[in-house]
Amino acid sequence: MSKKEVLIAALSRGRYSFSKGWYKFSRNPLSVLGLIIIFLVILAAVLAPYITPYPEQAGPFTNFREASLPPSLTHLSGTDSMGRDIFTRVIFGYRFSLMLAVVVLGLSIPPGVILGLIAGYYQRTWIEIAIMRVTDVFLSVPPLVLALAITVMLSPNLFNQMIAISFMWWTWYCRLVYTMTTSLCQEDFVHEAELTGAGKAHILLREILPNCIAPILTKMTLDMGLVIIVGASLSFIGLGVQPPKPGLGTMVADGAKRLPAEWWTAIFPALAIVIIILAFNLAGDGLRDMFAVEEV
Amino acid sequence: MGKYIVLRLLQTLFVLFGLSILIFFIARVVPGDPARVALGSLATKEQVQELREEMHLDKPLFVQYYFWFRSILRGDLGKSLYTRRPVTTDLKEFMPATLELMLFSFFMSLIIGQVMGVLAGYFGNSWFDNLFRVLSYIGIATPAFAMAIFSLLIFSYVLNFAPAVGRLSLGVRSPHQITGFFILDSLITGQFSIAWKALRHVLLPAASLAVANIAQEGRITRSSIVENLQKDYITAHIVYGIPTRSIIFKYLLKPSLIPTVSIMGLDFACLIANAFLVEVVFMWPGFSRYGVTAMLNKDLNAIVAVVLVIGVAYSVVNVIVDIVVSFLDPRIRLQKGGG
Repeated sequence: MSKKEVLIAALSRGRYSFSKGWYKFSRNPLSVLGLIIIFLVILAAVLAPYITPYPEQAGPFTNFREASLPPSLTHLSGTDSMGRDIFTRVIFGYRFSLMLAVVVLGLSIPPGVILGLIAGYYQRTWIEIAIMRVTDVFLSVPPLVLALAITVMLSPNLFNQMIAISFMWWTWYCRLVYTMTTSLCQEDFVHEAELTGAGKAHILLREILPNCIAPILTKMTLDMGLVIIVGASLSFIGLGVQPPKPGLGTMVADGAKRLPAEWWTAIFPALAIVIIILAFNLAGDGLRDMFAVEEV
Repeated sequence: MGKYIVLRLLQTLFVLFGLSILIFFIARVVPGDPARVALGSLATKEQVQELREEMHLDKPLFVQYYFWFRSILRGDLGKSLYTRRPVTTDLKEFMPATLELMLFSFFMSLIIGQVMGVLAGYFGNSWFDNLFRVLSYIGIATPAFAMAIFSLLIFSYVLNFAPAVGRLSLGVRSPHQITGFFILDSLITGQFSIAWKALRHVLLPAASLAVANIAQEGRITRSSIVENLQKDYITAHIVYGIPTRSIIFKYLLKPSLIPTVSIMGLDFACLIANAFLVEVVFMWPGFSRYGVTAMLNKDLNAIVAVVLVIGVAYSVVNVIVDIVVSFLDPRIRLQKGGG
C-alpha cells in the first residue's frame, strides 16, 4: 500500500476501536508472546528484591567460598567470580535496562514529535530547513558511536548514558513525524481547520498529532529494544552501568574475560538481553500490523 | 539526474559541516578544560596555560572553531595522547584491518541475506520460510557483542572450528604490507598458508558482524518478494507461460531488490557501530578497537578523529546508495525533482 492509501484507510476507519485492535493483535501468537514476556520481565524487575533468591548479592558482595560455581539447583545460572548469584543479578540488571529505555524515550519523544510537527507544518520555510538539517547532522553518525563519544566526555555512568542517548534519539521521531505531517497537511480536514480560523496549536496538536500516534507507538515499542541494545553495548565497553552495580552489558563484559571455562557468567546475562529485545521486537511488529503502519 | 546528484552532494557537504560543529562542541565544550584533560592532573598551571595558548583556548569559541576546522581541512587531526603519535598515522595503521573485516562481513550478509530472503519469499509459508523468520527475529534481537560471544564460545572453544582472537596467530609473521588486507597481501606475495590462516581468523568476527544484517536484509527482501509476487504483471507472465526461472531472475528480482539496496546505508551504519563491539571481543587490531581504547583513555584528538571519519564515511556511503537507488528506480528521481 502506498502512504496515501494507508492514510485513507486509517481515516475512513474513524476512531480506532480498542477491542478491534486487540483482536487483530491477538491473531498473531508471536506478538502476544512478546507482550507476555515484556509483562513478566517488568513484573520481575519491579519485584526483584522480593522474588530473587539472593537479593543481597545484587550489589557489592563477596563470598569467595561460592565463587565461580556452575549452574545448579541452588544457583540456577551459577555464580560469578565474586560468588554472587547470576540469576539474581540478571533480574536486577533488567531494572537498569528498562529504566534506561523508559527515561531515554520519555526525554526524547516529546521534543522530537513537537519539532517534527512544526517542521512538517511550516514546509518550505527557514523553520523546516533549520530543524531538518540539524536532524540530518545528528543522523550522520551511527547512534552507538555518537552515544559512545558523548558518554565519554560526560564521564561514564547510567545517568550520563541516558543523557547521551536522549541527546540524539529525538531525531528519529522528528523525522518520522515530519514525514507524516507533510502528507497530512495536504488533507482536507487540515485545510478546513485552517479556514475556520483554528489556532496553530490546535491544528498541530488536535488535528495532526492524533493521526501520528499509531506510528509513534509502534516505533516506541521497537525502540525500547533498540535503546536497550545501545545501553547494553555501552555498558559492555565499560561506559555504562559501573560495577558493582549489575548492568546486563557490564556482566557480559565481565564474563567474557572468563570464557570458555566459566561460560555461564557471560552467556546467561547475554541471553537475558536477547530475550527482552526479542520480546519488544515481537510486540512492536504486532503493533505495526495492527495499525497497518509502514513508515516505522 | 545530474541535478539530483549535485543537490545531494551539496546537502552532504552541509551535513558534514554541521557534524564538524557538533563534534567540536562535544570535544571542546563538554569536558571543561581540554588542556587540563590533555595534560592530566599532574601538569603544572604554567604548562596548562601554555597548551591553552597553543590550542587557542584563550580566544572566543568561534575563533577556536576556525583554527580547529582549518587544521582538519589540512588533514592535521592532532596527536593521540595515548599512542603519542599523530592520529592520522594511527588511523592509517588500524584502518585496513577494519576494512577487511567489514568488507568480508558485507559480502557475507549480501550473499546469504539475499539468497535466504528470495527463497523464503518465493516459498512463502513453507517450513523454510518459517524457520527463516524465527532465525531472523533472533538475529535482529541479538546485540553484536552477544553474538560475538556466542560464536566465540560455540565455534572456537567448543567445536574448535576457528581461532579465537586476533588477525593471525602469535608467531606467524604478517605478510608484506601492500594493501594492508592480510588475505590479499599474502595471496599477492604467494604465501598461501598465511592467506588460509588469515581467512580462518576473519571468519568468526565477520560472521558475528554479519548476522544482524543478514537477518535485516533477508527480511526486507522476503517481504518485497512476497509483495511483488502478488502483482498483476507476475500473474500475467505466469499465464503467458514464461518459464519460472526467467520470471524470477528477469522480472521479480530487480524491483524486489530496490528496498534492500536502499537500506544498505543503514547496513553500513550497523556494521561500523557493531565493529566497535566485535573488535573488542575478538581483539581485532582495527580502527574500532582503536576508537574504544581512545574512549576509555579519554584521548580527545583520537575520539574526534574516529567520530569524524565515521561520519564522513557514512555520509559518502549514503550518497552512493541514494544515487544507485535512483538509477535502479526512476520513480525516485522524478519524485525528488531531478531531471
